Amino acid sequence: MADELLSAPHVLEYDYRRSLGEVLSRFFTGLRDRKILGVKTNAGRVLVPPSEYDPESGDATSDDWVEVGPGGVVKSWAWVNEPLGRHLLDHPFAFALIQLDGADTALTHAVDAGSEASMRTGMRVTARFADDTIGAIGDIVAFVPEEGS
Amino acid sequence: MSDKEPVKSIITPTRTEYTYTPGPSAQRSLRALARGKLVGEICPSCNQVYYPPSGACARCGVATRDEVEVADKGTVTTYAIVRVPSENIDLELPYCTAHILLDGADIPFFGLIQECEWDAVRIGMRVEAVWKPESEWGLNAENIRYFRPTGEPDVPFEQFKEHL
Ligand SMILES: [Zn+2]
Repeated sequence: MADELLSAPHVLEYDYRRSLGEVLSRFFTGLRDRKILGVKTNAGRVLVPPSEYDPESGDATSDDWVEVGPGGVVKSWAWVNEPLGRHLLDHPFAFALIQLDGADTALTHAVDAGSEASMRTGMRVTARFADDTIGAIGDIVAFVPEEGS
Repeated sequence: MSDKEPVKSIITPTRTEYTYTPGPSAQRSLRALARGKLVGEICPSCNQVYYPPSGACARCGVATRDEVEVADKGTVTTYAIVRVPSENIDLELPYCTAHILLDGADIPFFGLIQECEWDAVRIGMRVEAVWKPESEWGLNAENIRYFRPTGEPDVPFEQFKEHL
């Protein structure tokens, strides 16, 4: 008789601690305070999430920070029927690019819309913050459809 | 503004979960290991002995079939003293990891070295396996707890420089 085929679980896992630098430090510190912050480029565009450099000119961004949101517009999205363990939500949701009010770029986050049928490009959403914030992207639990829209 | 310290870092976790199924050679070798034997395979073309066996010769690209038993004793070809903790590795720091060229094999095997001062570990040092009690043997590499020095004279680098 042939031996039974062997198999075993194999988990590959790394928890990296990423140093943020001044710009993202300010963004995540803002999240801890329940504020979404963007940085202005020299041309006056507001980048959210902020970056050290203006992707259009390559110049360093300014020291001019603005608070944006918490509402915004879904620019694009993809529905996730079966969330994985490390996703922010444990039920179906949409990954979406969200352009927050006052921002010129879009932030990737989750939209907790209940069903795929409730999702559409151009819909208005607003940030739902966690009860306890720690300075991480999960401080925004998800974006939810804005009431009355 | 918050009067707390600014957030200076974030944790970015990555995790993948596999079900690992060893190929036929690795399966045979694991079953032998569960009986306390180190069974590799020999290349029919260049006669290199592989332990652990992968089923093919990396040098010739041909399948290996014939089994060859190798010794649980060998020579350290390189090593590292690990002083950085890792969440899923349950070893006291520091510890020593080594590549060990088992007698009869042509490629080194990975093992831990213990029962030795860290500054005494050296390339060319002779070591032998310390096994778990037979009642605890299973289908995994942990049957060998670690390797320890045998006290035999060191092997000159020239003798294993082709087996790194
Ligand atoms: Zn070969």
